[in-house]
Amino acid sequence: MTRGFALAAILVWATTPGSAAQQTARSVPTGKELDALTEQVASELRCPVCRSLSVRDSQAALAREVEGVIRERLAAGESPEEVKAYFVSKYGEWILLAPPKRGFTLLVWVLPLAALALGGIFLVVILRNWLPKGREAVADPEEEGWAVSPVDGES
Amino acid sequence: MKWTNWLSMIAVISLVVLLAFGLTRRSDFLPSPLVGETTPGFSLPVLDEDRTVSLDELQGRPVVVNFWASWCLACIQEHPVLVRAWERYAGQGVEMVGIVYQDTPANARRYIEKYGGGWLQLLDPRSRAAIDFGVYGVPETFFIRPDGIIAHKHLGPVTDTLMTELIEGMMEGTNTSDAESAEFPLEREETTQ
Repeated sequence: MTRGFALAAILVWATTPGSAAQQTARSVPTGKELDALTEQVASELRCPVCRSLSVRDSQAALAREVEGVIRERLAAGESPEEVKAYFVSKYGEWILLAPPKRGFTLLVWVLPLAALALGGIFLVVILRNWLPKGREAVADPEEEGWAVSPVDGES
Repeated sequence: MKWTNWLSMIAVISLVVLLAFGLTRRSDFLPSPLVGETTPGFSLPVLDEDRTVSLDELQGRPVVVNFWASWCLACIQEHPVLVRAWERYAGQGVEMVGIVYQDTPANARRYIEKYGGGWLQLLDPRSRAAIDFGVYGVPETFFIRPDGIIAHKHLGPVTDTLMTELIEGMMEGTNTSDAESAEFPLEREETTQ
């Protein structure tokens, strides 16, 4: 019983947000890990100047500075999500290359799938209407008054 | 009418409505989340002076913050408007601050010597202030109320009418609505760098 309480207490402590356990769990990235994380975040943010490119792909001077800010914030212990939230607080959700899957921008994700599904249903219905007519026509061509030519070699 | 025809009609109407909605919106204008919020703090070096100025030192009066660069043609275009606004409102307690964006102090100095303007000019060597203000390009102008709240952000060159309206609004304390404006598409003249 006592052991159960102790285990429960450890679990609660370890899962409490901001607990010492979690703070030590999130290690501050350095070296190659920091490079990779910086690249990852930079590829998810839009370049404020050229707009159609990510910060990572852009050659604009401001994009390089944005990348510098990403690196500084990650090195200071912020998570990639926190870094992205900082840029959203400055530029709005527009800065995210992939629109968030909630609210109005959810439509961007849902509409293509819905259009694809509707298109599929539409295609199936159209084809089902067409196909039987086609089969009947092929089934008995003489009945329709079509001339049937003899097959080569039979005569 | 067959249901497939209804479906086609609904799809076409939806598409037309969506396109019409898109046409009513300016693709070059992006709302800033900073309007109506507290101005990002900064402490930047003054052009050609051995001191820094922070936002705290400017608060308590209306502040116009203008991001500019010597290589920006639209900045040259708007500069006379800024000069006129400064001549008119500097004596009335309005602070004007220029923040040099992606440019060298030497270029900025030559620009001021050529086009005039005696207001405070700050350097932003690594564009940290520009990023904190969510700047896309230059010129961009922020109108900050005495309480430090950003009342308005303007993309592109400012006009006399806009400056008068916004500055006097801030002076009278009537400009409390969150607003933004843009004068031209954001594909700006940045090729002359």
